[in-house]
Amino acid sequence: MSRVCIVFDRLRTEEKMLQKEASELGCECVMRDAKTTQINTDTKAGRDFGDVALERCVSYFRGLHFTACLEFLDVPVINNFAVAGICGNKMFMTARLKKSGVPTPKTYFSFSGEAAAENAKETGYPLVIKPVIGSWGRGVMPIRDGDAMDAILEIRGVTDGPHDRIYYMQEMVKRPPRDIRVITVGGAPVAAMYRRSSGFKTNLALDGEPELCKITGEIGELATRASEAVGGGILGVDMMEDESRGLLVHEVNNTVEFKGIAKVAEQNIPRAMVKFALDLVRK
Amino acid sequence: MNCPECDAGLGIPSDAATGEIIACPDCGADFEIAKKDGSNIELKQAESVGEDWGE
Repeated sequence: MSRVCIVFDRLRTEEKMLQKEASELGCECVMRDAKTTQINTDTKAGRDFGDVALERCVSYFRGLHFTACLEFLDVPVINNFAVAGICGNKMFMTARLKKSGVPTPKTYFSFSGEAAAENAKETGYPLVIKPVIGSWGRGVMPIRDGDAMDAILEIRGVTDGPHDRIYYMQEMVKRPPRDIRVITVGGAPVAAMYRRSSGFKTNLALDGEPELCKITGEIGELATRASEAVGGGILGVDMMEDESRGLLVHEVNNTVEFKGIAKVAEQNIPRAMVKFALDLVRK
Repeated sequence: MNCPECDAGLGIPSDAATGEIIACPDCGADFEIAKKDGSNIELKQAESVGEDWGE
């Protein structure tokens, strides 16, 4: 049987669940800490990455660069470099969704503070500003008026990281106080949950409440289309229920967390992920 | 094993593995299991949350 490598930089419940499922499937599992792994251009010897790797780093850039190295070494990786690159950047991801005809909130891109201010003034408030890189709702802020916009521009001017000069602003979608997270494996929806919150953000990392969501035909079909739009693999597709337009996909996540949903899901999520990896190298 | 910061007992589970994060129940400091050889465990300071961390 093929051997699966789980690449991590912080061994979380999810990675241990994947290891356990691999073991129960009778598959040898190589646990690889990206932080202590060395790779060079001249030799493949002495590095065991199995026959297929599941990239599970919590640090996006570490995982992306590690994926590039694995592909250089001809190790198939889930998700592959192209998918990780798209999903790790909200602007790239939104552009890909829209281009593929997946319903997504209206989003405004600008490349300087002045242009963003102008863009917001023309569009009107409220808006939501999100950093193009980052997760768990970090840096996602509602902009309800010009004063809030000015404050954000001032903060961005002080921090002035390379991505602070890229402005990604989105319409504020009128939705119930929840969103929907669908886990897709090879394009197939395997589990879904509502993430409820009384606040502006629904991320479970911020104490959003998970609740099992039935995968309707509409939810499943949209999740599949969103997965295909970014290149497939193992993904977390986030949707909002807009009052007038129905479901809108606002995010597709590359290294999806699943320990919360796994407790209530009917399907064995980590098993589906390991099987998908094994099937990829069996073909 | 005790916390390198505050000396409280860390209560590391026997099935804890290399790479796993252990949080001190008293002071809240996070440590990563750097090496584990039977009952011999080596800890290092866990990385702090980075701007690019997440899903």
